[in-house]
Amino acid sequence: MREPDAPAQARTSPRLALLMTPAFAWLGLLIVLPHVELAVLSFRAQVGPRHYVPSLLQYRTFFDQPEYWRTFLRTAWMSVVATFATLCLALPIAWVIAKIARGRASAWLLLACLIPFWISETVRTLGWMILLRQSGVLPALLVDLGITAHPVELLYRDSTIMVGLVYNSMLFMIVPLISSLESLDNSLIEAAYDLGAGGLTVLRKIVIPHAAPGITAGCIIVFMLTLGDYITPTLLGGKDSGWFTEQIYTQFITRFNWAQGAAFGFLLLGLSTAIVVLGLKITGQRFGDVMGRR
Amino acid sequence: MIPSLPRPAWLRVGTALYVATFLAVLFLPLVVISVFAFNDAPYPAPPWHGFTLDWFFADTRTGRLGMFHDGELMASIWTSCKVGLWVTLLSVLVGLANAFLVEHHDFRGKQLLSIMMLVPLVIPGVILGVSILAFASRIAQFASGHFDLYLRFLRPGLPLVVLGQFSYIATIATLTLRARLSRFDRTLEDAALNLGASRAAVFRTVLLPYLRPALVGAAMICFLLSFADFNTTLMLVGGSPPLTVLMYGRMHEGATPVLNAVSLFLMVASALLALALIRRAPRP
Repeated sequence: MREPDAPAQARTSPRLALLMTPAFAWLGLLIVLPHVELAVLSFRAQVGPRHYVPSLLQYRTFFDQPEYWRTFLRTAWMSVVATFATLCLALPIAWVIAKIARGRASAWLLLACLIPFWISETVRTLGWMILLRQSGVLPALLVDLGITAHPVELLYRDSTIMVGLVYNSMLFMIVPLISSLESLDNSLIEAAYDLGAGGLTVLRKIVIPHAAPGITAGCIIVFMLTLGDYITPTLLGGKDSGWFTEQIYTQFITRFNWAQGAAFGFLLLGLSTAIVVLGLKITGQRFGDVMGRR
Repeated sequence: MIPSLPRPAWLRVGTALYVATFLAVLFLPLVVISVFAFNDAPYPAPPWHGFTLDWFFADTRTGRLGMFHDGELMASIWTSCKVGLWVTLLSVLVGLANAFLVEHHDFRGKQLLSIMMLVPLVIPGVILGVSILAFASRIAQFASGHFDLYLRFLRPGLPLVVLGQFSYIATIATLTLRARLSRFDRTLEDAALNLGASRAAVFRTVLLPYLRPALVGAAMICFLLSFADFNTTLMLVGGSPPLTVLMYGRMHEGATPVLNAVSLFLMVASALLALALIRRAPRP
């Protein structure tokens, strides 16, 4: 590849400026400025008609009301658990696709994993509702098998939310895992085996260190999607599921308390950014490398 | 362990069982939806009451309303299509400009800009939605306060839904097109220029044909993502809901098999789109 024509274009030529316009319009008007607006909204309090002063009132409300910070912690914790569970369940499948299955079989397996995610989360959640609700398929099956005497309600539990979250996240974990496992040289594993290493040692000393970029990318994406999920917790978890995105929705749309909603939004954004940064720090990777590889 | 090493029998069997269970669970919700789209009962629940196509075609004479006669549902599908087409158009155009900007040009702050282009992917969709809602409303207030302008498109509604979805789908389009453009052999461009082609002619006759598969692929992905989006849309939607939002509302009220029918319809439609995409994909 040739060098970009640096001397001619180091100064902003009209053509370059034109090419930059869409990017700046997009990122400036739809990402940067809206978030500035959200920050301004969250850090002020109304003291009179059309009169505002800088304030931490909204954030104080968050810490004063146990309902709010409990929901926040609960959302964060459940997202961590869901991310970890997704990783554990996805790793064997990614291993099979990348290392064990060959040629067509591997391609078909990958395709099979992709298919459910061409369809919206709303549809997938509908499927789980039909399966799990009291009048649904699984409770009826449990009665038929004689395991329970009456149909049990399997919806509206935390474990149900977890099933939905893990299910919806699967693809976003499998794909980065496969791409990082494929580049692992089989001879390394053979060498380790010849030197007497068992399966667990190989996993710990060779596979996981090598796949770290893929694991990080997968975990970051899954955590962020889970944290920001709305459909799964509200539909599978029922009325008192308590997911933080629901609080944001309630403040913004139902109560029209934008200042409070903005503060909640910022807290959620802060948490998701913190996890992204932490994930990158721990594995010593750069954001552009992890995200750009998808 | 890998095939070149001895694998004990329990490991082989265990692996096969795991893969089978995994795939079964993966497809279980989709199978259940499809089956109950044809169940002759008012609720999508067992037991099986016999086969019917009512949930697709009934026109209230039987007391049932099939999806193709459900005006509200059909309108929401049309809304989703319109939104999807706008989002696709905007995302692909902006993604194309971004790809050229980052792959073929050098300027100060390029590193920062290309990282900024990835940022929308790590912002939760709900927050993209509310921040755009708040900012649009600020501009609308400003316009009506200072210039006496009433900017209707800045109030919750389809234009804002398009902008909200575009704000992160543009990143996907950018990534897809950059990946293709980065493999372009720029000596072809030089050759064409040396032979006297204008920049516009080079773009039309060399670059565009080269990028075509990626453009088609990006457009399909953008459309599917837009069609499936819920989080951002929910915060920005006005009076006419796209399909995902309408379905969500109905699922809260207690679903009828019409939702199964429309879900099956979507599955078939997106499967066809996916097939078309796979057939068109450049061989590696």
